[in-house]
Amino acid sequence: MSANVIALCYLVASVCFILALKGLSHPETARRGNAFGIAGMTLAVLTTLSVVLHGRIDMILAAMLIGGGIGAVAARRVQMTQMPELVAAMHSLVGLAAVLIAVAVVDNPAAFGVSPPLPMGNRLELFIGTFVGALTFSGSVIAFGKLAGLGKQFRLFSSAPVTFPGQHMVNLVLALAMLGFGAAFFMSPDKAWTPFLVMTAIAFVLGVLIIIPIGGADMPVVISMLNSYSGWAAAGIGFSLNNTMLIIAGSLVGSSGAILSYIMCKAMNRSFFSVILGGFGAEEGTAAVSAGDQTHRSGSADDAAFLMGNAESVIIVPGYGLAVARAQHAVKELAAKLTAKGVTVRYAIHPVAGRMPGHMNVLLAEAEVPYDQVLEMDEINSDFGATDVVLVLGANDVVNPLAHEKGSPIYGMPILDVAKARTVLVNKRSMASGYAGLDNPLFYMDRTMMVFGDAKKVVEDIVKALD
Amino acid sequence: MTGTVDPTIINLVVFVLAVFVGYHVIWNVTPALHTPLMSVTNAISSVIIVGAILAAGPAEIDFGSVMGAVAVALAAINVAGGFLVTRRMLEMFKKKKQA
Repeated sequence: MSANVIALCYLVASVCFILALKGLSHPETARRGNAFGIAGMTLAVLTTLSVVLHGRIDMILAAMLIGGGIGAVAARRVQMTQMPELVAAMHSLVGLAAVLIAVAVVDNPAAFGVSPPLPMGNRLELFIGTFVGALTFSGSVIAFGKLAGLGKQFRLFSSAPVTFPGQHMVNLVLALAMLGFGAAFFMSPDKAWTPFLVMTAIAFVLGVLIIIPIGGADMPVVISMLNSYSGWAAAGIGFSLNNTMLIIAGSLVGSSGAILSYIMCKAMNRSFFSVILGGFGAEEGTAAVSAGDQTHRSGSADDAAFLMGNAESVIIVPGYGLAVARAQHAVKELAAKLTAKGVTVRYAIHPVAGRMPGHMNVLLAEAEVPYDQVLEMDEINSDFGATDVVLVLGANDVVNPLAHEKGSPIYGMPILDVAKARTVLVNKRSMASGYAGLDNPLFYMDRTMMVFGDAKKVVEDIVKALD
Repeated sequence: MTGTVDPTIINLVVFVLAVFVGYHVIWNVTPALHTPLMSVTNAISSVIIVGAILAAGPAEIDFGSVMGAVAVALAAINVAGGFLVTRRMLEMFKKKKQA
């Protein structure tokens, strides 16, 4: 194929990728969108294979088969509650692939149609693609460890922030050193392995240092940010290879991740930089400090079943506790029981509920909850006042009324207004506060009843009591 | 104002326009599908496999082409894993008959 035909094939593939993202605007069109994505990827790969037809195509096909096989098995086996870990792992692979490609370009530019020595412009682009790729790789590995709860095995994976004195200074010095070696790579006339490799090594270390101070509950931002980085890494490599499709696909992904990061930060009322600088989740799981004279009312699953069975309308608010307990199927059963009794059941989802954007929606979809019963915060917030019973399952900060009070640390964070409902049932494992380390006045309201225990166990008990 | 435009400039034009397209398309994605969005963008960013195939392409196996082959395998994990897990999730979002 001529270079023009190849470029046109890449154009078609790029359009397919745009259509893939466009399809996700509605659940009805989303599967068609995914098919467009697969079509675009197939076209891109076949076009590129035709370029290297006279080379080691056997080695390439073998690598594709091995990788594709591993990916297919992982996609089939993964539990929906483990999606954040899977996504983090996949980000790391894109980052590492970008670094390896950059190494190959430095080693043999001719394979990419660039006659050695590598021109300065390409070196600059290669430098950017490499360090973003390296950051993405090591940062995603840390994020994966935090999400998979490997903190006990390895301290860097702790879901609590890992901080040390002078951390920001160290990061700054390393970043400057990385730029310095990048400049040396840019200036040197030959292959310049030393500055290139030192620069890459520093970028790997920086990726670790950037993610370790970020607390477990800020993971929705981190994972979106790494999503964005993986896209920019692909775009950077696209620049150095003069490949427009890599640039287009990379920028689509990069802007997607950036927008998700923005949405997540806004939903927590925090600036992007305060998340990145980290250290916020330090008090995760500590006991409430100002509990003092406040008393809460607790009840059994039977009481909860009685209240919900006699209600006209119920809203269920799922949080991270539901994901941890894998209670989504039990919740669906509860909703079915209530619906059979003539109760209207809906679900309210806060944007940062769970460990990644949209986490709760996927869990509920897995349990076959119809998506039109699942409402976003803006859609349902005005309905809480007219609701008989709200059941909060393992959520805390996203329903904390302190967000409406000036001077509280979470003031201004958009929350689900569950306190307006006639009765609030809150399921938690204990009275411990959420990641913000704040007490929650919701728990001490007269209309609130706490139901302690594992979310799945409690919901199953309520279902039994409803019979 | 004569001569041809540097390829880097053309790349920059493509890049800026693609960012704009991405920005507008992504804002239309429904929040309920943000997790599938992440997995499908993951699959799309593994189009980096194109670069990996080129790196692994030369007829003579050397250090660079081995790096390329490893990158092909890594990116292929993402291509298959990303699209398949997205499909698996989207199957769950199919319209269910009311129970």
